[in-house]
Amino acid sequence: MKRILILGGGVGGTLTANLLARKLKGRIDRGEVEITLVDAAGAHVYQPGFMYIAMGGERESRLSRPERSLLDARIHLVVGTATRVDEGAGAVILADGTALPYDELILSTGSRILPEKIDHFEAEAQHFYTAAGALRLRHALDAFTGGRVVVGIASMPYKCPPAPLEVAFLIEAELRERGLREASEIHFCSPIGRAFTIESVSDMATPILEEKGIELHTFFNVEAIDPERKVILSLEGEELPYDLLVLVPPHKGQQFLIDSGLAPAPGGWLPTDRHTLRVGGRPNVFALGDATDLPLSKAGSTAHFEAPIVVEGVLAHLDGREPAGKHAAYAGNVMCFFEVGDGKGTLLRFDYDHPPKPPKPNAFWHLGKIVFNKTYFHTVPRGRV
Amino acid sequence: MIEIKPLATRTVDARGSFCPGPLMELIRAIREGQVGDVITVLSSDKGSKIDIPKWVEKAGHRLIAVESRDGFDEIVIEKVR
Repeated sequence: MKRILILGGGVGGTLTANLLARKLKGRIDRGEVEITLVDAAGAHVYQPGFMYIAMGGERESRLSRPERSLLDARIHLVVGTATRVDEGAGAVILADGTALPYDELILSTGSRILPEKIDHFEAEAQHFYTAAGALRLRHALDAFTGGRVVVGIASMPYKCPPAPLEVAFLIEAELRERGLREASEIHFCSPIGRAFTIESVSDMATPILEEKGIELHTFFNVEAIDPERKVILSLEGEELPYDLLVLVPPHKGQQFLIDSGLAPAPGGWLPTDRHTLRVGGRPNVFALGDATDLPLSKAGSTAHFEAPIVVEGVLAHLDGREPAGKHAAYAGNVMCFFEVGDGKGTLLRFDYDHPPKPPKPNAFWHLGKIVFNKTYFHTVPRGRV
Repeated sequence: MIEIKPLATRTVDARGSFCPGPLMELIRAIREGQVGDVITVLSSDKGSKIDIPKWVEKAGHRLIAVESRDGFDEIVIEKVR
């Protein structure tokens, strides 16, 4: 009996489990292979929907499904929290002491946000990286009657790179609709030398910022918040006053991966081969999604494209062969929608060797994002797209 | 005069990276590092040899070298503060 253990019930873990169950159906039924997925909450949450709780009338209840309902019946689901990977014993230890042995280990443990790493973040800043945070931002926007809005990024990497720009565009559109635009300034702080990490996307977004009168501050990596003076300070030594502060909180990988010696401190991102998705050269340990240290977007789309590569890697290792076929190696594929406000959006599609060439923003790609959001639970986690 | 380059304490291999980009990798290394660390960034993104020196200047660190290699650039920075 070969045991495949998957940690994390997000996009990467759920999709990988379902694809493996499909490929290994016969072997599972004959008792030769067992697939177990561990998830801390037992619920699968569609995180890109959080932004729409703040900006688009979305409700938290529509963004979550029981993990069991999305998994192939052949997959065992364990609801529990992994606290250690014991590589010597080939087992993952859960918080209740249970040891789950593995032959193949797939780490799709995501990232976590740490607003508390910046003093006064919780009291002074808003974010949209949890359902509760997004609802709080919605209430802050409802109470906003004009002033200085600052949208920024506390540190990198963070989930869904386009999201802060999208939120700046959507806030600008909303303030215009509410007749508050004249009474407001909007500032967007980018940690790098342009509006977005990828030059072609930045070239698309910068004229939109200008057109909407959103002031761009480049090389602004948020270092501290001064609640007395209501200013944020950057790593580079600048400061900006705010009335409404929207910040992407710091992100890190999971602490237990650091404690288990799999990921380096303090970031906790798993050292992952950019093509095979193996962790630190281990033949039987794979990572995908936000948990990796790959220089790519931390986004569900990345995990979506990585899952078939992990599946092929696991199948190849089980069979004692090299990965083969179109999923033998990951090419860095990512695809994501990008809202620009006023009912328009664009599409970013790229890989390691080809930067995106975003089409001119239009209603089609905005609607594409809405349709994707609405149909997500029926498509991606089940491996239908 | 021969310039002696300090030995890198960390190498960030960001070759092939477009997003989040080599500068992001460098900023991560700077945040995670100690004052005095020498960080070498390897980047195939042609914008890095322009962006990284600009950021280093604004952020008050020290640019030690920018050298073109075979298909990539090697940029060496010292974390000063």
